[in-house]
Amino acid sequence: MNTGYNFAYLDEQTKRMVRRAILKAVAIPGHQVPFGSREMPLPYGWGTGGIQVTASIIGADDVLKVIDQGADDTTNAVSIRRFFARTAGVTPTTRTAEATVIQTRHRIPELPLREDQILVYQVPQPEPLSRLESSRAETRRMHALSEYGLMHVKLYEDITRYGHVSISHDYPVMVNGRYLMAPSPIPAFDNPKMHMMPALQLFGAGREKRIYAVPPYTAVHSLDFDDHPFRLTRAPHACGLCGATDSYLDEVVLDDRGGRLFVCSDTDHCETRRAAGHAGPDALAAE
Amino acid sequence: MPYVAVKGGERAIDNAHAWLAEARRGDPAVAEVGTGQIAEQLGRAVDRVMAEGSLYDRELAALAIKQAQGDLIEAAFLLRAYRTTLPRFAHAAPVETAAMLLRRRISAVYKDLPGGQMLGPTYDYTHRLLDFALLAEGAPPAAPEAAATDKPMPRVSDILGGEGLIEGDGEANGEPGDLTREPLSFPAGRDVRLQALARGDEGFMLALGYSSQRGWGGSHPFVGEIRIGEAAVEITPPELGFAIDIGDVTLTECQMVTQFKGSKTLPPQFTRGYGLTFGHADRRAMAMALVDRAMRAEELGEDVTAPAQNVEFVVYHCDNIEATGFVEHLKLPHYVDFQSELETIRRLRAEAAQLQEAAE
Repeated sequence: MNTGYNFAYLDEQTKRMVRRAILKAVAIPGHQVPFGSREMPLPYGWGTGGIQVTASIIGADDVLKVIDQGADDTTNAVSIRRFFARTAGVTPTTRTAEATVIQTRHRIPELPLREDQILVYQVPQPEPLSRLESSRAETRRMHALSEYGLMHVKLYEDITRYGHVSISHDYPVMVNGRYLMAPSPIPAFDNPKMHMMPALQLFGAGREKRIYAVPPYTAVHSLDFDDHPFRLTRAPHACGLCGATDSYLDEVVLDDRGGRLFVCSDTDHCETRRAAGHAGPDALAAE
Repeated sequence: MPYVAVKGGERAIDNAHAWLAEARRGDPAVAEVGTGQIAEQLGRAVDRVMAEGSLYDRELAALAIKQAQGDLIEAAFLLRAYRTTLPRFAHAAPVETAAMLLRRRISAVYKDLPGGQMLGPTYDYTHRLLDFALLAEGAPPAAPEAAATDKPMPRVSDILGGEGLIEGDGEANGEPGDLTREPLSFPAGRDVRLQALARGDEGFMLALGYSSQRGWGGSHPFVGEIRIGEAAVEITPPELGFAIDIGDVTLTECQMVTQFKGSKTLPPQFTRGYGLTFGHADRRAMAMALVDRAMRAEELGEDVTAPAQNVEFVVYHCDNIEATGFVEHLKLPHYVDFQSELETIRRLRAEAAQLQEAAE
């Protein structure tokens, strides 16, 4: 553990500032709270918001899991986990069930989370209306007035043009019936997991300097219409390694002749299932 | 089957860093560059890194440049990430640029003026011919020196101000904003805008300033003055109760002067765009002044039509540390999102094919 810096890198005053923003965010579910985001020793876009949130809430007894694309061993997840091992000396884990704090980029773990866990999302663009209205002064006004017609029009136009909504990730949600929120670029497949989740969900956007939150057991609804309800998409296959038919799958290109292997994107989920004796069609070949 | 789960991220990172260190050093048969050499001989690079890194420390800036293999944005990032951990023990008083010890002072609006024109060590009138003599080592002949003078060199804005022809400095209203501690909000005051520009990307400001000259938010600016020199930094420690001088910083200040035909509330007068930056940096200070003036369009009742006049556009995008982070983060894995896009495209294609079949 490197002792040249404060526990978990940030100084205590900065952590207090971040925690105040978190408390405000929890009190107003889905509302983006501006905060004095600091320059971190990792670049913007690498998870500086999530890292600042994690650094502000983590304690010496916490068990930290860091995933990117659902996997613990992607290089950026490794790098962030190392950062906290170095600056906070916390126990790392790859097991979802064992973690007290899970920092994630682009996925929600398949295993349902518990009340004693916190899920920290890395958020590139906290403003769900950003592609429809470029001015933040204007989008703030729209949130204040709950003026979300623009997004409904966008969904409606998608349906008239393609027959369904064409947003496949970062699919906008209404939180607690009040604020439109960007769930971060998780696949729409993960959206339903946010609804009434027992775990606290915190969202950190470092470059855009915003924090927002979904408190435990809060209603989170993916935007849709009565006659065009929200629907999930996943690759229509079973995991080649563990045989799961309900998990989100990555498509691995095996050769240049169209060979494909579909595997769970949540590596812990897949390993846990395989350890329990589940096997998919490609399990033996992959050994 | 050739599939192996992608493992070994830890080892890959370690190995990449080891290779990077080797690449940074280059051919060990060639002498290693020292940070002293960088600070002394690549001074303009050091100036830029200090400005964009928002930290005045030549030695650390030189170290950052060495560590970043001369990638100046990477170097500025290193400085920023260091400065953000530093405690703040005092606020400096506003520096008095009228009292700077000048090494360069030029005005384009007067042929001569009190204190005179002084070129200083400028590239302005060099012929851009490669100087092959620099391929060899050697000391340049000593430059001629004039005796120091204590003639006052009033700022051109003060000379114009004496006649009431130019707007004043305005009232200082309280402590200026600090966007390194408080997030941006709009409308953003001129203090915060200037802070953003002072640490903003030189290339971005140059392009925006240039665009304002070419008719994208047009104004016809004159260089009222550019002055470069050492300015004293003073702080007042609470336990002392009086100001003490804690050192000098090299600054470049640019006052752009722009005609203004007056509005309902303001008389016709010259308006100003202001540029101030660490180090010797004409281009940076001038571009900043142009963009500052362009962003005042709304305040002065001018039409806001061009990118340089759009405060949100300029201030949100001038920070190259934020910009490079977000642009370069695209190389991080995005395969989960891409998978969801793949499924969407496949579904759309299948439906389009069905529709076509039905039509046939």
